Amino acid sequence: MITPVQVAVQITVQIVLVVAGAPLLTGMMRQVRARLEGRAGAGVLQPWRDLRKLARKEPITPQGTGWVFRLAPLVAAATVLVVAAVVPLTGTTSPLAGVGDLFAVVALLALGSVALALGGLDTGTAFGGMGASREMTVLALVEPTILMSIFALSVRVGSTNLGAIVTRTAEDPLDVVSPVSLFAAAALAIVTIAETGRIPMDNPATHLELTMIHEAMVLEYAGPDLALIEWASAARLGVLLGLLASLFAPWGIAGVGAGLAAVALAALILVIKVAVLGALLAAGEVFMAKLRLFRVPELLAGSFLMALLAVSASFFLG
Amino acid sequence: MSEGLYVPLLDLGCGAFLLAGVLVLWRRDLMAIVGLFALQGMALAAVVVLLGVHQADAELIAVGVGVGVLRAGLLPYLMRRALAASGEGRETQPLVNVATSLLVAAALAMLAYAVAQPLIRLSPTPATQAVPVALTVLLVGFFVLVTRRRALSQVVGFLLIDNAITATAFLTTSGVPLVVELGVSLDVLLAALVLQVLTTRMRAAFGGTDLDELRELHD
Repeated sequence: MITPVQVAVQITVQIVLVVAGAPLLTGMMRQVRARLEGRAGAGVLQPWRDLRKLARKEPITPQGTGWVFRLAPLVAAATVLVVAAVVPLTGTTSPLAGVGDLFAVVALLALGSVALALGGLDTGTAFGGMGASREMTVLALVEPTILMSIFALSVRVGSTNLGAIVTRTAEDPLDVVSPVSLFAAAALAIVTIAETGRIPMDNPATHLELTMIHEAMVLEYAGPDLALIEWASAARLGVLLGLLASLFAPWGIAGVGAGLAAVALAALILVIKVAVLGALLAAGEVFMAKLRLFRVPELLAGSFLMALLAVSASFFLG
Repeated sequence: MSEGLYVPLLDLGCGAFLLAGVLVLWRRDLMAIVGLFALQGMALAAVVVLLGVHQADAELIAVGVGVGVLRAGLLPYLMRRALAASGEGRETQPLVNVATSLLVAAALAMLAYAVAQPLIRLSPTPATQAVPVALTVLLVGFFVLVTRRRALSQVVGFLLIDNAITATAFLTTSGVPLVVELGVSLDVLLAALVLQVLTTRMRAAFGGTDLDELRELHD
């Protein structure tokens, strides 16, 4: 029996984890990179210090920009928050269970990207437009892959509902090593890297405007708006990594009707899983260079192929 | 072996077989392509051994081990030697670019699935249901053979076709006789050796193995 109290607790835990934890995740990944490169690093708390510094500055917008520019950071942050409430990170129950499927999550995240791209275009500068056009190119290439992976994962469950998919995988652990789920995991991992603008798609730490994708788009933002965007992109990475962990390694996740202790345990396990994934991603980035922009479609075509093979494998081998 | 473990393991082996086959299209580094071929040989050997264990057939297990030694050990070793001697590290300019060839591979996978349906209907066991995987690798092998320029990647394309034929044979029948498998394997080994000699000669004569530059016959 699902009580409203339990659902409320679980959603609160998820949102608090994402809000507070996302900058820590970014800080931890930067720290891992720094240590592997032989630097001391700024510490795990540095992103929070940066956010505090930015939030205290005076809000300022470039001349000639309109409401689109001002609204974009809010939309980006709000969509990530809704996604954080909907996806099954600590438990499989959700107040929006009826509509909380993978399509809705993907659409919400795309809405955030589109809002930021419009904000970049609204400034009318060369780099804003270039970043927006690149972001849209990557988004358009990522979309078919996401849809195919969703089909692959939902075929054996018979539903695109995230809670149902996670419950089914948690009940049948042998499913995780099936080719369907391995292909889909590889495809979604590449998609996550593309959506969050990490190496090899985009370099989040770059200072070269010509190679930027995400950073070029938000080049004109400053002060609290920039803080909101930085937080939103960190939270996006955290939510997507958490979703990957829940979909392909749903051990320890609280089922329907679990008690508060189970939710607390699930939150702890989630933190560990996301930290491990983030550390792996950061360690991988140390050994990789950014792909040339013209090679990005290759990588995304590869991930599309994986997703398609996942779908066909679910019919071949089903 | 219990049915509960046999089917997921067989599917996993076939999945690895397919993955190694399509990744050959993705990589430009010839050394990595040879590595992927070795990985595919291992997956094929694992599938054959698994079929042997499932049918409690010692001969089939022995054949599987033999397949593994040849396709994951000997052939990659020969190719690595040829590669080290040639000094050509990369597939520079395939006739069809990488992004397109990956999409073509997706279309080929669909084609293989459609073509294999009547075969599966004849006897729908877990092994025959994996036949589309082998057919996909067969078509991908043909595609590599047609679109790649370096002699070594064409050799890999040829060997992918052969791997796929072997996989189809083991998946559709309940074990190929040892003599037949031995004959096929020796044939492949011989072909690989001949191709290796040929590439060495080509390099000695023309200074490279880009097959597109060889337009006319010299005496």
